[in-house]
Amino acid sequence: MNLQATTGAVRQRLGGWSPRHELIGLVGVVERNLYLVKRYVWWEIAFFIWTVANTLTIVFIARGIEATGGTIDVNRAAASLLIGAVIWAYLGIIFEILTETVAWERWEGTIEYTFMAPLSRPVHLFGMGAFALLYGMVRAVLLFSLCLFFFDLSIPGADFAAALVVLAVASVSFVGLGIMTAVLPLISPEKGSQLGFIAQGLLLVVSGVYYPVDVLPGWMQAIAVVSPATYALDGIRDAILEGEPLGAMGDEIWPLAVIGLVAIPLGLAVFRRGERYAKQHGKLKRSG
Amino acid sequence: MTSSFSSIPLPDASSADVLALDVTDLRKVFRRGARTGGRFSARRQVAALDGVSFTVQRGETVAVLGQNGSGKSTLVRVLSTLLLPDGGSASVFGHDVLGEAAAVRRLVNRVSVEASFFKRMSASENLSYAARFHGLTAGQTRDSIPDILQRVGFPRDRRSEPMENLSRGMQQKVALARALLTAPVLLLLDEPTTGLDPRSKREVQAFIREMRATHDATILLCTHDLAEAEVLADRVGVLDRGRLLVLDRVTELNRRYGADTLEDAFFAATGREFAEETDPDDDREVFA
Repeated sequence: MNLQATTGAVRQRLGGWSPRHELIGLVGVVERNLYLVKRYVWWEIAFFIWTVANTLTIVFIARGIEATGGTIDVNRAAASLLIGAVIWAYLGIIFEILTETVAWERWEGTIEYTFMAPLSRPVHLFGMGAFALLYGMVRAVLLFSLCLFFFDLSIPGADFAAALVVLAVASVSFVGLGIMTAVLPLISPEKGSQLGFIAQGLLLVVSGVYYPVDVLPGWMQAIAVVSPATYALDGIRDAILEGEPLGAMGDEIWPLAVIGLVAIPLGLAVFRRGERYAKQHGKLKRSG
Repeated sequence: MTSSFSSIPLPDASSADVLALDVTDLRKVFRRGARTGGRFSARRQVAALDGVSFTVQRGETVAVLGQNGSGKSTLVRVLSTLLLPDGGSASVFGHDVLGEAAAVRRLVNRVSVEASFFKRMSASENLSYAARFHGLTAGQTRDSIPDILQRVGFPRDRRSEPMENLSRGMQQKVALARALLTAPVLLLLDEPTTGLDPRSKREVQAFIREMRATHDATILLCTHDLAEAEVLADRVGVLDRGRLLVLDRVTELNRRYGADTLEDAFFAATGREFAEETDPDDDREVFA
């Protein structure tokens, strides 16, 4: 083997860093996460079973209400709860993967190598976001299909394509919020990851995941207005339960697009600030 | 978090006047809460780097000797853009580590005392994603990764094995392979052989010598191993409590301090024995 030939070729590329190289780096982030899924496949299956169990528990609430004397349309209530649980699981995965951008790498001891690589931070974070969306989407479709089959739910006229488009648009905002929470382990290595769950919990309360936003007190409804999950859930429920086409979802799509446009640059700015703080105070590596 | 898509000027053979490393009055202070009598008192300041100045010529190997806590790792972290200095300046081939961090990251790689890999992933997988971060496609690394692993003496039949199953020496060889794969113009070695058995240590040192002989990489070696510094470096510096006391050829150091060995010269320069290093300021280790 000729080492000089190998390294010489690389050096030439170093002289002309381009968007193509950033794209290759982004693919590298996705590739690395796929390797990790493969290496932790049994854990992935275990976590999926846990998510399925959680979702089933929530959907059973609809049947439970009827069994205890309540009068509801069980099929519709179960479908509505199922949508909430699946979207919640999807959002949770995005937050979890993006928060792991720092937390997992710190645990593995690779964080300094990643942060000194010639890959711009936005591309690095978008790579994590791209994997999170890919992985979350596959998981959400599997979870939804499995529960639909389990409860033998009937959803005639559902527009799944429109629902997926709404979810895709909402995902931009979710990634932006996830990037903001990803910075927390940089600021607090011990408790940062847990702080991410607080942000997630706040979204759960105000966004109407399992109940209509109308039942919330006025001040909570005001917060729900800026939560992308509110519009995502509304849009997806309209598409699946009412069969509403995408063209009729301007009230959901536009707010989601606007929140996404704000959330991404805001998330990057917050992360940049956190990274700078960590580099000033030697918190990138715990002992450092 | 700077990102530049423009090409960066790389040193060529004719640019002999460009210094590989130019460090001037570099300072870094860490502030930590100090515990006295069970309560936290005022935050204590420790100068990890205290006005460090030196230059390194292209193709040169310079060793920086120092005890634990002397500031070696802080120096490496500042040069690899992982820590922001409080004062002074440092540039890599004319690119400032603070203002042109993205350009510096394309020129530098590092091998540290911890091999730092995703432990469940294999050597090939770890090298593969690291190569993507440096802009190398799968097609470009299909042959080069096996070649480089073979070159560092990594057994072919263990390439797919998780890193956690490998010995420290084996992991360190993969770390060297990772650095070589990305063809750094400046290679920062932070105690690369610490904790290795004598045989692995010799193998790693031999490979470092070969890298230097077959490439025009400039090497900054931070170590507390006097023999390693003497064997590998053109010039040796002594870093003590954040201050670079001296940097010269070993023969010159011995002459200056009237010493027979580098060890004697080291003691004469610092004015202390190894055993005296620990007590008065032993928490310095946290910072360096």
